[in-house]
Amino acid sequence: MINISIAKKLSGATGELNLHFHATILTGELITIYGPSGAGKTSILRMLAGLLEPDSGHIQVDDAVWFDKDKSINLKPQRRNIGMVFQEYSLFPNMTVRENLEFALNKGQSKSIVDELLELTELGQLQNKKPATLSGGQMQRIALARALIRKPKLLLLDEPLSALDTEMQSKLQDYILELHQQFDLTTIVVTHDLIEVIKMSKRVLIIEEGRIAKDGMPLDVLPLRHLKSLL
Amino acid sequence: MLDFEPFYLTLKLAFTTTCLLFIIGIPIAHWLAFSHSKFKVIVEAFVGLPVVLPPSVLGFYLLLAFSPENSFGRFLELYFNIRLVFTFPGLVIASVIYSLPFMIQPVQSGFRMIPETLIETAYTLGKSRLTTLTKVLIPNIRIALLTGCVLSFAHTIGEFGVVLMVGGNIPKETRVVSVAIYDEVQAMNYHQANVYSAILLVFAFLVLVSIYLVNHRMQKARYL
Repeated sequence: MINISIAKKLSGATGELNLHFHATILTGELITIYGPSGAGKTSILRMLAGLLEPDSGHIQVDDAVWFDKDKSINLKPQRRNIGMVFQEYSLFPNMTVRENLEFALNKGQSKSIVDELLELTELGQLQNKKPATLSGGQMQRIALARALIRKPKLLLLDEPLSALDTEMQSKLQDYILELHQQFDLTTIVVTHDLIEVIKMSKRVLIIEEGRIAKDGMPLDVLPLRHLKSLL
Repeated sequence: MLDFEPFYLTLKLAFTTTCLLFIIGIPIAHWLAFSHSKFKVIVEAFVGLPVVLPPSVLGFYLLLAFSPENSFGRFLELYFNIRLVFTFPGLVIASVIYSLPFMIQPVQSGFRMIPETLIETAYTLGKSRLTTLTKVLIPNIRIALLTGCVLSFAHTIGEFGVVLMVGGNIPKETRVVSVAIYDEVQAMNYHQANVYSAILLVFAFLVLVSIYLVNHRMQKARYL
């Protein structure tokens, strides 16, 4: 179980934003965080990953405390055992597909997981190619596979599919769901795509102006007029 | 008979300087590219000084610092038995300082060109800063590193004021080509000066052509 209670004051192009995020996420659960851009969604993921320090609060994952302002605990990203996929593919351009995956291996970890993930994501044929020669969908599949190599406790996906066309999005959503089940991963997907929310998650947190406005089943809490406009 | 010793010395100086700059340049450039320290501007300004200062100014102060009559030079001589004025090691140190910006500035901007998410990705994959530097950053700034090396090498071959101040004109020790040319002109041996100059000119041109060729090939291969 993941217990999160964090706050941070952010200043951006649209002015200041007081971000408050309090949530409990069950082990193995896949939730989506939905909201307009600038609402603070990405900052929440970055604080969970240890890439951005909250001003106050705590983050606890099972028995491990990742962040506690009062006790001055702030684990580095390296020690948090997370997998993260960014919106930009962020593959290492100097490495082949296989090398990108192997780079993620922990010291002494068996390489069999690399082959397993290459097969699961159907990347075997591309394994010796450099990222620059691949399509967006292929690159994001590699980024996803790479994030899973260390078998993380928590998978964080920051609008992972927003740069892809609809068909590729749908395909990758299937991959994510399949991998989520196979690895029994606690997963948080940040998105501003309603279809993605409905298709992928049983629980959505809707963020508005830095706060959780709603928390529940997508069809219960999503604004109905938005849904109608999609149909 | 043409004396090739100045050429040998020049190449040795440029090679040693470039190697040393490569080793110390990467950590300094890395720090300058990513640090949020308030002292950064001071270090940046210090590194950039040789670009704007006349070489004679730098040479003059290094000469003072290295001189056994002053505390630093005396300290080196007393405790380490090292003398840096009018010696080859002194020339190397002066050259390293003089060419510092030519290595650091391209490498620093190379580091800054790397998308932040690439670095953050490496961190979220559990990799230390050092591993990220050696496996992700350095391989992706090859062109910047190559540029830094070439500029440092070329700049060292072309230096005159600093070497003359710190090294003087001692055959087989500090008499590099640029100093030898000046010396021959002073002695009105224009033919000799011309031969030295022509060789240096052709050599410098060929070095640059071959480097730009490699550079273009690497860019064409989309190797960042």
